[in-house]
Amino acid sequence: MNRRDFVGLTGLATGALWLPNFPSLAGNLVDPAQLLEPGLDVAAKKRLADVALNAAKAAGATYADIRIQRTLNQSVFTREKQVQGIASIESLGVGIRVIANGTWGFASTNNVTDAGIAKTAQQAVAIAKANSKVQKEPVKLAPQRGYGDVAWKTPIEKNAFEVPIKEKADLLLAANATALANGASFVNSALFQVNEQKYFASTDGSYIDQDIHRIYPTFGVTVVDRASGKFRSRQSLSSPMGMGYEYLTPKAADKVAGPTGSDVIGYKNSYDILEDAARAAKQTKQKLTCKSVVPGKYDLILDPHHLGLTIHESVGHPTELDRVLGYEANFAGTSFATLEWRKKNIPYGSKNVTIVADKLQPNSLGAVGYDDEGVKTKEWTIIDQGKLIDYQKIRDQAAIVGQSASDGCCYSQSWRDVQFQRMANISLRPSATKRSVDELVSGVDKGIYIAGNGSFSIDQQRYNSQFGGQVFYAIEKGKITEMLEDVAYQTNTLEFWGACQGSCDASDYRFAGFFNDGKGQPSQSSAVSHGSATTRFNGVNVINTARKIG
Amino acid sequence: MAILSKDEAQALLKKVLTYTTADECEASLRGRTSGNIRYARNSVSTAGAQDSVSLAVEARFGKRSGIATCNEFDEATLRRCVQRAEEIARLAPESPEYVPLLGPQTYLSPPSAATTTLTPALRAQAAADSMNLCAAKNLTSAGFLDGGTSFRAMRNSKGLEAYQQSTNTEFSVTVRTADGRGSGYAIADVTDPAKLNTKALTQRAADKATGSVNAKAIEPGKYTVILEPAALVASDDLSLLGGLVGGLDARSADEGRSFMTKKGGGNRKGEKLFDERINIYSDPLNAEVPGNAFDGDGLPTQRMSWVEKGVVKNMYYSRYWAEKNKVAPTAYPNGFIMTGGTQSTADLIKGTAKGILVTRLWYIREVDPQTLLYTGLTRDGTFYIENGAIKFPIKNLRFNESPIIMLNNIEAIGRPVRLAGCLVPPLKIRDFTFTSLSDAI
Repeated sequence: MNRRDFVGLTGLATGALWLPNFPSLAGNLVDPAQLLEPGLDVAAKKRLADVALNAAKAAGATYADIRIQRTLNQSVFTREKQVQGIASIESLGVGIRVIANGTWGFASTNNVTDAGIAKTAQQAVAIAKANSKVQKEPVKLAPQRGYGDVAWKTPIEKNAFEVPIKEKADLLLAANATALANGASFVNSALFQVNEQKYFASTDGSYIDQDIHRIYPTFGVTVVDRASGKFRSRQSLSSPMGMGYEYLTPKAADKVAGPTGSDVIGYKNSYDILEDAARAAKQTKQKLTCKSVVPGKYDLILDPHHLGLTIHESVGHPTELDRVLGYEANFAGTSFATLEWRKKNIPYGSKNVTIVADKLQPNSLGAVGYDDEGVKTKEWTIIDQGKLIDYQKIRDQAAIVGQSASDGCCYSQSWRDVQFQRMANISLRPSATKRSVDELVSGVDKGIYIAGNGSFSIDQQRYNSQFGGQVFYAIEKGKITEMLEDVAYQTNTLEFWGACQGSCDASDYRFAGFFNDGKGQPSQSSAVSHGSATTRFNGVNVINTARKIG
Repeated sequence: MAILSKDEAQALLKKVLTYTTADECEASLRGRTSGNIRYARNSVSTAGAQDSVSLAVEARFGKRSGIATCNEFDEATLRRCVQRAEEIARLAPESPEYVPLLGPQTYLSPPSAATTTLTPALRAQAAADSMNLCAAKNLTSAGFLDGGTSFRAMRNSKGLEAYQQSTNTEFSVTVRTADGRGSGYAIADVTDPAKLNTKALTQRAADKATGSVNAKAIEPGKYTVILEPAALVASDDLSLLGGLVGGLDARSADEGRSFMTKKGGGNRKGEKLFDERINIYSDPLNAEVPGNAFDGDGLPTQRMSWVEKGVVKNMYYSRYWAEKNKVAPTAYPNGFIMTGGTQSTADLIKGTAKGILVTRLWYIREVDPQTLLYTGLTRDGTFYIENGAIKFPIKNLRFNESPIIMLNNIEAIGRPVRLAGCLVPPLKIRDFTFTSLSDAI
């Protein structure tokens, strides 16, 4: 994850000093009504795509693809009783990627005309030819059949862009009011909505029209004790989702209770922001006075909102093949799970750990019909009962691991940027046998239940990690006893997954999502979900994070 | 088109302002022309160029404000952009934090020192210099070079006019041994690309890589450390000093939710929080790291002391918070300078009986905003020092430390060097807290 996620809403002040107050170059701020205007029709996009493909071939490309993309973003920010900002952003352009002389070339433009597109295709070929002079190995692209004219759309029930802004702002202000009424000193809330209208075409013969939606409501509550100078915060337990505005219509069936005595409610495919804001304020007040954890070894019971981030960092990233091969060595890092390491058959985790990659899961952030190089998406297994059996790979990587097809996880954040391998939804399979969260807790003698993801850090090869959370409860002799503070656990990826004792069943399964996972140079953002049920890990090292400063 | 001259930019902005009927209107232009090249496994992976310019128009009716942007500049588009800003403003709620637009301001003129334009051929050569050095030594390089020219311009209906052009190039490289048992890193950013030597930087990273093979494990705990500048500031991640200086925000402190919050209320401006050798300031006129002449509100930047002899001298006040507290507002700086001495990192090592040299810290995240406790890990070259010399490489370590505690445990301060738009010295710190070992290389 990158800065935008971890800064969170209660920490807006920290780091804000360096944020420029200038227009972004990522898109244009527009009247919200403009977001409802239809973009180019499919026939026009197909014609423009052919302009690019023909121009690229004429210039010497052996392969070419084009993404004609219109991205709509709308964000609403509030604090306490006021709307702080509303931004409606539209971005339209094309990105053209080619292979010439066995080398990739890429160029992009917001001049979406025949002339602009043809010129950009020629630029992409020129860049490929220039780079081919220092290229050592020609690109080997896994074969991909063309799909002809196809389409895919996120199955939303209510387009968030069609909901009046006032209604969205009123909902956030109502959540703020609820938090304040329950003891919050401060509350920031926000709603982010994204619609990618993406048209992909390639010389393989695919013309793919996709309409992709994502939504993310969130808040941060802070309670301040002026006398002591102490403050505590709690972030919302919502998840960004691949859904429409229907995510904000709460349904009782989507609420999942934490263990008895914990006062935690998790959310599946709908979110009750008012209820969560009230609970957040009450829990934050408790955090100010609750017991500070005694460091040591504990059995951890991790809720899906929390565990999703651990899965993301300790399984999602190390099984990305570009990291494994060294393409991210200078920034995000490499991976311990190298091709040589895999051959040694060292267990990644216990037999309870089966982890799948999935670009199809309904309501997930990663769900699309086709990826950004025209590959139909699928589900595949990464870890089977503790054994690493596959990676996440795209077309130019498949041959490197002796495979003949991409996994369909290529993505670019915008028309402006070149597509590359990005993380699919990576999820832990729930228990096949019935098991409730209370049953999971009942077997723990000395443990901690953690809900919500918090502070996180992991090394560049994904061995050593440290995770915090939002709320922590002590478990003694099978029961939740009291709230704790200052909790973080430090672990090694293989030890952690090796200590996995199993999960609750599918009735407890839900997503944790991340809107802005960062990778690449220049850094690009992607959105990804991680599903799991509440899961137990034995004997994890817990530290106390309280410090004193002068 | 991406880089407009002062006259071109102001002429365009002047025209935009004639289209508005709003009570107040401000127009801003931002443009950048840049190029990058990325390589890994000693081979180019991607290369790209960016050439863009964007106009933002903020229209205000009373305390209602709307912003629209565009990146085409024909008259019809400009008129539509102004009209959209006005429409958004009319629909917006009144801002309780409204402050009027600024009137005419006087700005400093930070130096702009680029003597070379980074062409695609120069970028390719710079990358090739790095890759070839590594290939010849059976080492693997992964690097990124990104550089270009930017400009910003503002004009408003109250008479404010501002313009600045700047250049910046950053290069970083990670060198790994062929067997993956050693890794090294080097980074530099420059105003003038002519000053960039990718070969020398790659050699430094290569030396760290070969020197870090066969790393030994040491027990986590409190150690004397020498933190090189890349362990203190970063342009692509949180950093210990960046987090500290960026967190000197008066509003969050006054609201009670910052490490700068004073028990009982208010903030800790004026208190001595650090060792008396700590001095941090920003100066847009510094020749080594020229800064922005104005911030996003059009406020002029000036030399501003943040920490003097360990005392917090100034905090950031937005225009709204300044007005509410009846103090002068603070312009956003875009970097800072920490003063130091004359010792190089090598000199600091010579003066160390026992300690750890840290090349770089990575994946730094805030653990507790109350104490500014951060966690993160060493990376790409961590060495044990004994009797004034590097004795052996050590395995990477996770730290849990607050920069506030760290800047009270100063043993020595080296000579500042430029990094991430800041001037920062290597620091020798006692009792730096490492909490666990990492197997990462």
